[in-house]
Amino acid sequence: MIPLDTAPSIFSVNGVVGVVFLINIGVTLAGGVAVAFSKKVINAVAGLIVCFVGVAGLYFFLNSIFVSMMQILIYVGAVAITISFAVMLAAPEEKLESTRRGVIAGPPGIISAILLCISFSALSVGYTWQPLERINDGSMKSIGVELLTNYSMVFELISIVLLIAILGALVIARTRREDA
Amino acid sequence: MSILGLYNQLDCFLILGAVLFALGVYGVLAQQSFIGMLIASELILVGAAVNFMAFNRFLAPDPVTGQVFALFIMAVAAAEAAIGLSIIIAIYRHYHSIDAEDAVQLKG
Repeated sequence: MIPLDTAPSIFSVNGVVGVVFLINIGVTLAGGVAVAFSKKVINAVAGLIVCFVGVAGLYFFLNSIFVSMMQILIYVGAVAITISFAVMLAAPEEKLESTRRGVIAGPPGIISAILLCISFSALSVGYTWQPLERINDGSMKSIGVELLTNYSMVFELISIVLLIAILGALVIARTRREDA
Repeated sequence: MSILGLYNQLDCFLILGAVLFALGVYGVLAQQSFIGMLIASELILVGAAVNFMAFNRFLAPDPVTGQVFALFIMAVAAAEAAIGLSIIIAIYRHYHSIDAEDAVQLKG
């Protein structure tokens, strides 16, 4: 549990943790900007990996080592690798200068994204959130217990969803004999 | 509130989630290829998961709930990525391009 301290000095332990957190925010935002603004697909994949590692660090700061490890394992280890395989398979010819850009990709897109960000931020800052009394410690053991008791139905359903999704992906992406 | 104590502020995480969400929305709008759109939609899901985890850490009475939700978001994102990539590969096989402007067969 990270101790609650409002104004640590930079040389204290909490100050160093704060500096690490700022670096973490920077990594996350740099990855996100690379995803949103890169012209080449492979740069976007690299930015996605950087962003996911940064988000895993955020989860670490949110007192959840388990979800942080799962973030790296699932997103960086599985999803990003799958996407980079798809980039290799689909082999997008890098157009040097993309000419056909829709009207929404320019200033209207940026303005709407900024408006979304500002409105969500105002919503979250403008409300005074009331913390409730803790009834659980949120440890890895309690996650396991809850997953197999209270959330067991969702747990089973999510595994069926994953199975069907992967089978469906195989069916959609396979090469048919008559096409080859 | 000092800048070094930001990691104990709920608002900091919520704003970060909103920024990730907005970057993802802009990426979906602006990316040329289907793979770029899929990557940006992953960013949207991550922004939502950051919000869940932040509320879980600071406000929730049972701090397991948000973590379980974040795990479910990861599983759904993995399923979505698998389906999306297979559709993209099928589109590439059909059109020999993954540019979003090239798949115009349904355009009137």
